[in-house]
Amino acid sequence: MNLTLHVWRQASPTDKGRFIAYEARDVSPDMSFLEMMDVLNEGLIEKGEEPIAIDHDCREGICGTCGVVINGSPHGPWPGTATCQLHMREYSDGDEIWIEPWRAKAFPVIRDLVVDRTPLDRIVEAGGFISVRTGSAPDANAIAVSKEAADSAMDAAACIGCGACVAVCPNASAMLFTSAKVAHLNVLPQGQPERFTRVLRMIEQMDDEGFGNCTNHGACQEVCPKEISIDVIALLNRDYIKSVRTGTA
Amino acid sequence: MELQSKVPGGPIQEKWDKHRFEMKLVNPANKRKYDVIVVGTGLAGGAAAASMGELGYQVECFTYHDSARRAHSIAAQGGINAAKNYQNDGDSIWRLFYDTVKGGDFRAREANVYRLAQISLEIIDQCVAQGVPFAREYGGLLANRSFGGAQVSRTFYARGQTGQQLLLGVYQSLARQVAQGSVNLHTQHEMLDLIVVDGVARGIVTRNLVTGEIESHLADAVVLGTGGYSNAFYLSTNAMKCNTTAIWRAYKRGAGFANPCFTQIHPTCIPQHGEYQSKLTLMSESLRNDGRIWVPKEAGDTRPPGDIPDSDRDYYLERMYPAFGNLVPRDLASRRAKDMCDEGRGVGHGGRGVYLDFADAIQRLGRDTVEERYGNLFDMYQRITDENPYEVPMRIYPAPHYTMGGLWVDYNLMSNLPGLHVIGEANFSDHGANRLGASALMQGLADGYFIVPYTIGDYLAGTSFEPLTTDHPEVRRVENEVRSRIDRLLNLDGTRTTESVHRELGRILWNGCGMARNATGLKEALSRIPELREEFWSNGKVVGSGDTYNQNLENAGRIADFLELGELMCVDALEREESCGGHFREEHQTPEGEALRDDENFTHVSVWEYEGVGREPREYREPLEFEHVPPSQRSYA
Amino acid sequence: MRRVAAFHRTTVGMKVLMAGSGAFLVLYLLLHLFGNLKVYQGLDAPGEKFNAYAEFLRDFGSPLFGHEQFLWIFRIVLLLAVLIHIWSAVVLTRKSWAARGSRYKKTPHEELEYASRTMRWGGLLIFLFVVYHIAHFTTGQAHPDFRPGDAYHNFVTGFQIWPVSAFYVVLMLVLGFHLYHGVWSGFQTLGLDNPRYRRYRRGFALALALVVALGNISFPVAVLTGFLSLN
Ligand SMILES: Cc1cc2nc3c(=O)[nH]c(=O)nc-3n(C[C@H](O)[C@H](O)[C@H](O)COP(=O)(O)OP(=O)(O)OC[C@H]3O[C@@H](n4cnc5c(N)ncnc54)[C@H](O)[C@@H]3O)c2cc1C
Ligand code: HEM
Ligand code: HEM
Ligand code: SF4
Ligand code: F3S
Ligand code: FES
Repeated sequence: MNLTLHVWRQASPTDKGRFIAYEARDVSPDMSFLEMMDVLNEGLIEKGEEPIAIDHDCREGICGTCGVVINGSPHGPWPGTATCQLHMREYSDGDEIWIEPWRAKAFPVIRDLVVDRTPLDRIVEAGGFISVRTGSAPDANAIAVSKEAADSAMDAAACIGCGACVAVCPNASAMLFTSAKVAHLNVLPQGQPERFTRVLRMIEQMDDEGFGNCTNHGACQEVCPKEISIDVIALLNRDYIKSVRTGTA
Repeated sequence: MELQSKVPGGPIQEKWDKHRFEMKLVNPANKRKYDVIVVGTGLAGGAAAASMGELGYQVECFTYHDSARRAHSIAAQGGINAAKNYQNDGDSIWRLFYDTVKGGDFRAREANVYRLAQISLEIIDQCVAQGVPFAREYGGLLANRSFGGAQVSRTFYARGQTGQQLLLGVYQSLARQVAQGSVNLHTQHEMLDLIVVDGVARGIVTRNLVTGEIESHLADAVVLGTGGYSNAFYLSTNAMKCNTTAIWRAYKRGAGFANPCFTQIHPTCIPQHGEYQSKLTLMSESLRNDGRIWVPKEAGDTRPPGDIPDSDRDYYLERMYPAFGNLVPRDLASRRAKDMCDEGRGVGHGGRGVYLDFADAIQRLGRDTVEERYGNLFDMYQRITDENPYEVPMRIYPAPHYTMGGLWVDYNLMSNLPGLHVIGEANFSDHGANRLGASALMQGLADGYFIVPYTIGDYLAGTSFEPLTTDHPEVRRVENEVRSRIDRLLNLDGTRTTESVHRELGRILWNGCGMARNATGLKEALSRIPELREEFWSNGKVVGSGDTYNQNLENAGRIADFLELGELMCVDALEREESCGGHFREEHQTPEGEALRDDENFTHVSVWEYEGVGREPREYREPLEFEHVPPSQRSYA
Repeated sequence: MRRVAAFHRTTVGMKVLMAGSGAFLVLYLLLHLFGNLKVYQGLDAPGEKFNAYAEFLRDFGSPLFGHEQFLWIFRIVLLLAVLIHIWSAVVLTRKSWAARGSRYKKTPHEELEYASRTMRWGGLLIFLFVVYHIAHFTTGQAHPDFRPGDAYHNFVTGFQIWPVSAFYVVLMLVLGFHLYHGVWSGFQTLGLDNPRYRRYRRGFALALALVVALGNISFPVAVLTGFLSLN
């Protein structure tokens, strides 16, 4: 099939940026979306043009490196699927596809479709961990963890840090990402000692990074490639209120 | 170069403890005076950086990813081994040690492997304390699964995302140190060369991938945890960015490269479906626990699988290995699949695939049980192939997956270059000629958390360092070499994309130095790779400039290094006139087509020293002794 | 109190204040509706019960409180809630707009719920409504034929002008939307998501929004249809 791609090109963070139309010829339905971009880029290089900058690595939906907005929806139309796992059989001959980077003040564009997501790392640095010195741990089975707790921790810990939740949120809020990390650690017995300081520090960092405020739209859970539920947001709010009420933090 | 394994004396059970006692300690007050460079934020590099920062060293940590959490370790699915014997099924440190040495087909260093088995216990403790959500039983204690045909259940797992959860544990400890200022994290920085002054590793040269800036970073010791080089084959299960540059640059600066031909081909991957294919996707080995592997009896049988009656199917693994059936080790499963396809009995695109059939499992266990066990894998398979594995059998084919070879290191994980430590998949250490499932995560974390943080102290305390600044002539020289190499790449204005060169290199290596190797094929590859390298440097094409975010330039540099490494892999494979583990020389096999070792002449590590591009490298040998696990012919029939 | 003040330090805390004040306003709305339902009582002597209630409001708490004293305390608390609510709404809205920056060429296919997208404008309308509404029924400036002390008269003559009634009806619908998302959202914000009741939260918000909107709409309708009249 042949497609028309309208791709966001932006030479540098300061450049204004614009859409450029490209023709993608004889795209096979078996191709992944990124493989289609590979072919397009190789064609550009052959013509001596600079290829479209687009980031990716594992191509298995686990590393969180990939991520572009396809026809207005982050990671494209397939639910629970990262950009790298989207396949072209979704489209048919003659389709027009608009491809844009994550857009949010906290995620400045580095080039074309690549943005800077380090604010998410700084949120984790603020408290998204359990302080344990290497070698100081008790025997793994000394701490019993109920299967329920382990499972719900795992559900939240599945987050791949792609930032699609921020990209889709009308408020560019990082609530789903931050809450997922809090929900992973705060339901586990190991996470209890730092439970309240953790939630406070991470929220403060989230604010400092210039993300917006969650108004509970729920669009984030629709695009999350790991289908993380906004229940984790309520959990973060609950622990935050506790931490302020009890002055624990 | 001189290769001293530095294995401590005494009984194998006590070597590590004894060694830890004998190692010099750095006075806590002095620790922060020492700078340590760690390249890599995977399980190995990340764990090392976090632990050393915690100890008080000033750590400078580098990764080419935009975040420490993206390291390829994230993709590991199956699980991590540990000799906890929580299942009370007779596991022990000794058994894990024994299995790993045997699994590696007796080409690994016993003392290292034993230490690995010992440390495996602490790793699980550490990860659980960090909040890694391992699978649990209803009683709240840890669950285990048996993996890769092991007779004991010693594998700990977190759904199909074990590597992700372990790496997040590492990433979070690292984040804590970054916040405390003990680790300085440089993301989007690619190491392009190693700085060696007076024979001692003292720093690295990096390129800032966003601004293009070339910087020299100096330190008292350098640690490489930069992963494996399976992407030399172009198509592999590795992430797109995995490459050999870090260790290859170190090799060219004098570090020995050990067993480069020891690569692992994983039997259960989704087959290639087109020329444009960019990578291959692993389907966890656990699928072989319930799936049955078969091909049509008749070559060229084009009927859809559903129409082929049982009588016309060949469940070849069950036929050849009645005892182990579909659970034979990776190298065997892979080679047999290749044989079937070579006989023209392969299925799917280009006849390069075999069926992995769950029909019987679904009949026996019911669809729900199968879904519960493999649901997420089946979904991934369907997303990629658009076929429903519940109805039509999966198609699988072997793919390059892991590299046992790597930079040579001694018992302290230090290379022959003083100050250069190498950990994780990047070194050659513990897996010999074949790695068992769920043991790479174990090794990465053992090296990073529990070995290098100790041994580096011994090195630092025992060495006196000349003060060094970035205007030292040697530093300047290396920096300029990096610059001129980048300019050379940017000036490539031929007709051929570097990507297409990489694809061709992959084909050459896969055919000549892949699952089964022979002298003619290897010689053929050895004649073509230099031509291809020549083609790359004369007719390659790279666009854009050096002072911007330029992915074309990044890849070109990595491919250029693969073009040299590929040759070394073939040289090593040709030199090793035996079959062992993943290295199968067709000239050396038993009548049943099993790998035939030559312990007389090849019970050693082949370590190669760089002599210049295109010049035959010099081989050195570290002899291996097996006091505790006497070498035996692996037999699974 | 010091602790409550601490909420304003983070956006999440601000949101909690908004939810808290919002919850209080919801409560007021229910009371207000309940009180207004008095117009339907004792239709043989129209308005008596209602006026009595209006009086009662003013003398509430006597003898402890004097005429209108309690009412004023109540009004101040109410005003405070509205101010907190609006203040947090404005602060957070501005922060979110700054954070979003540029929008997408194509609108996301994850269509946001209408109610959630209109919170801000809806809120603003509600605010303007309240200003008008007070001038209409309490202080009378906006009322053509305002009789202090005769709430029922003001009520009926007020709504007999159909454009006024129409305006009320429209605004009650706006309010309904605001509450439908607001109340559910409030549960999230206050972390009230006990798995056992989680799935009822939407329904609850919907019911509450309907009660308030329809209940209030019934008044202008009742007047226009002549079901309620001065005599
Ligand atoms: C699909 C798949 C599944 C697997 N499943 C399992 C499993 O179930 N069990 C198991 O035990 N093993 C498994 N493995 C193997 C295991 O995941 C890897 O061997 C292991 O994670 C390697 O870890 P590492 O830290 O050594 O390297 P990596 O995790 O690859 O990290 C390399 C790091 O080095 C950095 N780096 C590299 N070069 C440079 C440079 N030049 N400059 C700057 N930074 C650089 C990278 O950015 C990265 O941070 C699997 C592997 C694959 C591919
Ligand atoms: C009687 C009047 C009002 C009631 C009963 C009310 C109720 C509520 C409630 C319960 C919430 C939910 C808080 C949360 O999301 O956690 C809310 C949110 C909000 N309200 Fe109001 N509100 C009223 C008036 C106003 C006014 C006058 C404004 C004027 C600006 C306003 C603006 C908002 C905004 C912007 C939100 C946030 C949207 C969101 O959180 O999803 N509201 N309101
Ligand atoms: C159709 C629906 C409504 C009717 C018929 C109505 C009726 C009235 C009347 C008669 C009064 C005057 C009471 C008195 O002065 O004795 C009043 C006061 C008031 N109403 Fe309403 N109201 C309605 C809806 C609302 C809504 C939706 C709000 C808030 C969003 C609201 C907020 C107020 C306020 C703040 C006052 C002033 C209370 C005071 O301090 O005296 N009303 N209303
Ligand atoms: S919560 Fe989901 S969408 Fe957000 S970063 Fe994590 S995985 Fe991506
Ligand atoms: S979309 Fe945005 S508003 Fe909240 S619920 Fe998700 S973060
Ligand atoms: S490339 Fe790793 S998640 Fe898509």
